[in-house]
Formats: sequence, C-alpha cells, structure tokens
Amino acid sequence: MKPIVRFGRFWWDFLVGDDWRIAIGVAALLGLTALPVSAGIAAWWLLPVGVMVVLADSLRRAARSSRQS
Amino acid sequence: MSSVFLFLSAFLASAVEFVEALTIVLALGVVRGWRSPLVGAGAAALVLAGLVAGLGPALTLVPIDALRLAVGALLLVFGLQWLRKAILRAGGLKTLHDEEEAFRHETEEARRAGSTRRAGLDWYAFTLSFKGVLLEGLEVAFIVITFGASAQNVPLAAAAAGVALALVAAAGAALRAPLARVPENTIKFAVGVLLTTFGTFWGAEGAGVGWPGGDVALLGLLAFFSLAAVALVKLLRRTTAPASAQLAP
Repeated sequence: MKPIVRFGRFWWDFLVGDDWRIAIGVAALLGLTALPVSAGIAAWWLLPVGVMVVLADSLRRAARSSRQS
Repeated sequence: MSSVFLFLSAFLASAVEFVEALTIVLALGVVRGWRSPLVGAGAAALVLAGLVAGLGPALTLVPIDALRLAVGALLLVFGLQWLRKAILRAGGLKTLHDEEEAFRHETEEARRAGSTRRAGLDWYAFTLSFKGVLLEGLEVAFIVITFGASAQNVPLAAAAAGVALALVAAAGAALRAPLARVPENTIKFAVGVLLTTFGTFWGAEGAGVGWPGGDVALLGLLAFFSLAAVALVKLLRRTTAPASAQLAP
C-alpha cells in the first residue's frame, strides 16, 4: 500500500471509525439544530435525542450483520 | 463543575490508552531488554507532548463558537465510536480487549523478530515501542487538545493525562506485568459517555443553542446518555445469544 493511502486510511480510521454513518449523522444533526435555533426556536433537545437515534441505528446494523455472519 | 468533568474525562481516556501502551512496552522490555523500548516510549511521549504544547494554545486563538462547533462535532464522532464499541462489547457482540492475551502475542512476536542495531539501540524494540506509544497516545493528545481548547484550560487537561501516565507507569514498574485487572471496557464506556456529553454540549453551543441552566445542563446530558447507553446494552443482550463476555457497565 502506498504511504499516502496508508496515511489517509489511518486518519479515516482514527476520526471516522467503523461506521461512517455516525460522522454523517452528526454533521446532519448539527446542521438541523442550527436551523430552528437561528429562527429563534428552542431546539436544545434535538441534538441529544438525534445522537442517540444515530447510535441506536448504528448498533442495530452491527447486531444485524453480526447475526448474519 | 466542567473543570471536574474535564479532568475526569482526560484522566480516564488517558489511563485506558496508557494501559494498552504499557502492555506493548512491557512485552518488549521483558523479552529484549528495557533500554530500547523505554527510549522508544520516551521519544513518542516527547512527540505527543510537543503536539499538545503546539496545537493546544494555537487552537485557543480560534473564535470560541467556531472552535466549539468543530470540536463538538469531532468529539461527538469520536465519543460515539468509543461508546459504540463499548456497548457492542458489553452486549457480547465484540470480544473484550484482553491485556494478558495482547501481552502473550507481543512477547511471542518479540521473540521471533530478528535483531538489528541502529544508533546503539535494538531497532525492533525501539520502533515498536515508539509506534505503539505514539498511536495509543494520539487519542490522548486529541482529547487533551480538543477538551482543553474548548474549555480554555489546556494545562488542566494535560495535567490529567500526566497524572494518568504517572499512575500507569508506576503500576507497570511495580508489577512488571500487564494491568489485566483494569476494567478497560467499563472505563471506555464511561469515556464514551463523557465524550458524547461534551461533544453534544459544545457542538450545540457552536450551532447557536443556549442550554437551559447553562453548565448544569452537562449533568442532565450525562444522565441522559448514561441511561440511554445502559438501555442499549440491555436491548442488545436481549436480542443476541448469551455471550461468555464479561459485562461492562
């Protein structure tokens, strides 16, 4: 493997980890939180609830693929 | 209050990573002598300290809202990775990290490896120790830098990591054996919850949220994520076959 690919893979594994959907989910949730807040709506609850939904979905996928293998 | 959380998070995350690094250094030291692995570990510690000393103060110059949004997002992704793995381990879907097994594996590899001397050092022992400590320590440096910069208290986060390093090194020197009794998954579970709590708090603040109760909201978030994570473990255990794995939380 080329050093640059190895370097990129290392940082991908380090920052994104086993499930890239978590990173996408977090980015989307932060954007979704900013929208109502900028309109003056109290949306402090949105991120914690959304984070647990993202985690639960990732675990559900992991459990399903573990049962299949 | 957030200083206590900051210290605790940096301390626990550092301790668990240093335990893993210690296993590598011990295995190399027992088989190939202590000098080269200790020089390797020291060199890696210097690189990590330089990283924290260089990046930590530099990050505090970034506007606090932008910093908290970026750091919150990173901590959330990072914390959720830790929490996901810890929940999967506690739920019996992933094998637990076994320091004694890791130690056996490392000593076996160290015995089989050939001997090349460079700069007066056993090069295999030096490079493996350097890489092991650097890789394990990179997560520590990341947490110290992000936590410290967001809380505007890098020295406290660095001190927590320093205390963890001193304790783990002292325990390793006294026992000359891997710290197999450290409940690693339980600590990783706790760190995952703490990282997720801070990531959510700072990420939301960066997105413009004003938390009800200010810093006290951290306690509410901590309770919420702890309870939700324990519930997810129970749910996983119920849906998977009984595992022989040790249970974490």
